[in-house]
Amino acid sequence: MAEKKSLFKEFSKGIVIENPVLRLVLGTCPTLATTTSVESAVGMGLAASIVLICSNVVISALRKVIPSKVRIPAYIVVIASFVTIVQMLVKAFTPDLDKQLGVYLPLIVVNCIILGRAEAFAGKNPVLASAVDGLGMGVGFTAALFLMSTVREVLGAGSFYGAEIPGLSAHPMLVFILPPGGFFVFGILMATVNRIAESRGKPRAELRGCEACPMATVCKLHNDGRTEPLTAPASEPLHKAKADTAAKRRAEANTETLTEPVTEAVTEPVNKEVRPS
Amino acid sequence: MSAKRLTVSASPHVRSAETTSGIMLDVIIALVPALAMSAVYFGLRALVLAATTVATAVAAEYLSRLVMKRDNTIGDLSAVVTGLILALNLPASLPLWMAAIGSVIAIVIVKQMFGGIGQNFVNPAITARIILMFSFPAQMANWVRAEFPAAPHYITDAVTGATPMATLNQSWRDFASAEGLPSLREMLLGVHGGSMGEVCAIALLAGGLYLLLRRVISPIIPFSFIGTVAVIMLIAGKGNWQFLCYELLGGGLLLGAFFMATDYTTSPLGAKGRLIFGIGCGVITAVIRLFGSLPEGVSFSIILMNILVPHIERLTTPKPFGYEKPKKESKEQEAAKA
Repeated sequence: MAEKKSLFKEFSKGIVIENPVLRLVLGTCPTLATTTSVESAVGMGLAASIVLICSNVVISALRKVIPSKVRIPAYIVVIASFVTIVQMLVKAFTPDLDKQLGVYLPLIVVNCIILGRAEAFAGKNPVLASAVDGLGMGVGFTAALFLMSTVREVLGAGSFYGAEIPGLSAHPMLVFILPPGGFFVFGILMATVNRIAESRGKPRAELRGCEACPMATVCKLHNDGRTEPLTAPASEPLHKAKADTAAKRRAEANTETLTEPVTEAVTEPVNKEVRPS
Repeated sequence: MSAKRLTVSASPHVRSAETTSGIMLDVIIALVPALAMSAVYFGLRALVLAATTVATAVAAEYLSRLVMKRDNTIGDLSAVVTGLILALNLPASLPLWMAAIGSVIAIVIVKQMFGGIGQNFVNPAITARIILMFSFPAQMANWVRAEFPAAPHYITDAVTGATPMATLNQSWRDFASAEGLPSLREMLLGVHGGSMGEVCAIALLAGGLYLLLRRVISPIIPFSFIGTVAVIMLIAGKGNWQFLCYELLGGGLLLGAFFMATDYTTSPLGAKGRLIFGIGCGVITAVIRLFGSLPEGVSFSIILMNILVPHIERLTTPKPFGYEKPKKESKEQEAAKA
């Protein structure tokens, strides 16, 4: 993991091939809500990126301390702390941006991208790799938001970063800054990025319902009526048992899932839990 | 000769001379009266607008098929029909470039991006009209009052004002004292405000009748659509037949019921499904007209029911003769299996 080449790979995958918004289809709520203007989209992208990098680092550093049973609440606490810090900073230094983003700034706490990266990557990878992964995903998220908000603001308001564009500002197509226009632009961008990824031999992103979500394994076990899914023998390090179970579940659920494969080598199956028939 | 009497071949055994382009040509013929009347009321400008939307629609279809490396389909005339119906849905005063944008949206985004003719899940012309309405609200509500004869330089001269639908939307509870409504004769002939194609009820009825007689459309959707609106309006107007006539002749009801709700791609196949579809359209239209903040709801009702069509189809799939439902396994059996 410490090699330079693979670190660069961790960074670059977040930009197009595993772009969190356009390929993993995560974090669509802030994407659709804050891209009505370039300013708020870039603000949202940067705020989420900072939270993502910091939380990835902390969660990765604590990954051997956090018991896997309570890891989700633990992740949320870590993420929420950073969101609070970012929110206070935004309120203090750019109050206008705070007004524009409104409720979507505190809502970064439940942003799927951040929790998803914590669950799929930072919880089982070293600190440096997690930081680079967070940076790549953050850049990808910000880039997607910037691209979408540029299209929406230029066509929908006839301006770019608040500056009016002569010729376009007289009769802007209002629909682009309304929710339906957001979905149009989102769909078309997603199709374009899918095309690029497909031309590089990657599977196309599809809405596979629960399977596309990094939390799918946990939910599935919960829905099967098993309240304590990830019990591991006390002698084994907890994170290892968790990683193993998660890997097994994911392999069963879908072989083509776009989420990061487990990178930690596990030599033998450690828990002998009964699988639901 | 005698050896060839019995031909054995794979299906289809019954062939029809109907073609897509033939059906589309029938629709175009049926739309001609409405287009002609719009030219009478709104002047040459109406024809220029229609020519713009049709030409842009055909060009957009040709170019998008070219870019997507698919077979060319402009020969089936469906793009011409989309362009023509879109034009009839627009106010005659709309700037031409806005109308052209509408055509491009209808063909590229709504139709070709979902796979072309037969694949779109909503009606392209209606979706384009709704997108234009949200994009350019001022221009799309600039209803020029139809005049006879048309004012020569109508963009500057013509009177714009509320359509009968806007008046009815605001004052239907107190219909007797509603002001500014045209007479019923004017409603029938089309001398009132509205979009290019929807004003002249007689021309639309003639076109609809032609389609029915040529069996291009089935009567179920238009009749259940208009019938549902009529029943609800009769109740809302407490049996006032004049109010009923205004509601039936005004707005896009006739245009929508005969030409847009009956689109093959976006309406159910079976008779039962079509009945549900038509009644649904009618209920939504009536509710928007009576209680909505917009004066007219025909386009919204059709697009909403378009989205429901797959579910209607699933609910009304005919049962094959002699088919029995598979029995559900009892709980004991399930437990035994597990």
